[in-house]
Amino acid sequence: MSEHTHDHGHDHDHPHPNQPDIDSEPMGYYQLMGSALGELLIEKGVITADELRAAIENVDSRSPEGGAKVVAKAWTDPEYKARLLENGTAAVDELGIDMPATHLVVVENTDKVHNVIVCTLCSCYPRMLLGLPPDWYKAHAYRSRVVREPRAVLKEFGTELADDVEIRVHDSTADMRYLVLPRRPDGTEGMSEEELVELVSRDCMIGVTLPRSS
Amino acid sequence: MRGPHDLGGLPAGSVDLSEHEHGFWEKRIDGIRLLLADKQRRLISVDEMRRGIEALGKEAYDKLNYYERWTASVTGVMLEKGVITADELGRKIAEIEERDKARFEDD
Amino acid sequence: MTRFAPGERVLVRRAYPPGHIRTPWYIRGKTGVVERICGEFGNPEELAYGRDGTPKQPLYRVRFLQKEVWDDYAENPNDTVDIEIYEHWLEPAA
Repeated sequence: MSEHTHDHGHDHDHPHPNQPDIDSEPMGYYQLMGSALGELLIEKGVITADELRAAIENVDSRSPEGGAKVVAKAWTDPEYKARLLENGTAAVDELGIDMPATHLVVVENTDKVHNVIVCTLCSCYPRMLLGLPPDWYKAHAYRSRVVREPRAVLKEFGTELADDVEIRVHDSTADMRYLVLPRRPDGTEGMSEEELVELVSRDCMIGVTLPRSS
Repeated sequence: MRGPHDLGGLPAGSVDLSEHEHGFWEKRIDGIRLLLADKQRRLISVDEMRRGIEALGKEAYDKLNYYERWTASVTGVMLEKGVITADELGRKIAEIEERDKARFEDD
Repeated sequence: MTRFAPGERVLVRRAYPPGHIRTPWYIRGKTGVVERICGEFGNPEELAYGRDGTPKQPLYRVRFLQKEVWDDYAENPNDTVDIEIYEHWLEPAA
């Protein structure tokens, strides 16, 4: 370890978490603004650098694997599934996933009903279960169209549903967050909970695709 | 008046399925917002942040990306509340820009 | 006590105030059925301006038939959209 022995070159080891992440390009105006905001808040003692680092790590620690574990458990444990559909917030808390600010509503796909999640007003998303939302979820096209022509939008994701399946769109406008409980694929009867987790993609928990069967 | 964010049912093109990895600056503003909103601070509510985003107007709303809108709004609310001042912000932005430029000069 | 019960038909008020509104434009003036009562929550129209959001508002999930939301709805006539709506935006349906 010799980080103190050379001092030439540019500053790659800036001591607090306000460093730019794209080394090859100058920072844009909003990156500068965000960086300035962070540094000012730290200088004023409103937040600390350690708190900010921990908050960023917390953002990073959420991923669709959390949601996939919930789904796989619901597929293998009927009593858990019943609790999950009755009170999503309490049921995911059993698995150590805390939803402090919002309530979780889990909506179940059946052979007659297919659920799709959107937030037409901003980008409300069950981040504690799925991590940060994908770009398309936040973009105009998905938010505008999925409430008005859901089948056409699902086709763009490669998802085709039978005409007689009823599509239920959920527009997350307020304090609820939604997670789709997909149907357990046929032919997975012998699979363990751990194996099932692998079949559950982020997108099938938003309702734009179906889970893989192998 | 219908806000620039209120998109349900409006005509739009096909869904662009490409995705990008979230950059550090995006997670940073996310983290800042989480801290400012927590029970200890309560300096911004999610609805205050949304209100700031909606107030950007259609042109900026459409032009800025997601976390640029967040940055503009969270910074704006901190200015409104006097947590930071415009003068401090202007000086700090200039300082960071100089620091950032220096990265390219000694290569 | 909440003003509406699950299963009751409700009309979303046709109102267009400025401010921070969480009732989507496309659903104002439409009629749906209360799917569930979500609880009471701070009023976002107040929270948006740094106030405390009181009095809290009952929040409902209301289910709408898509063909009644969009005149030209072209997909399955049984398709629905569920939307969370605060009580002060709802009236009894005629």
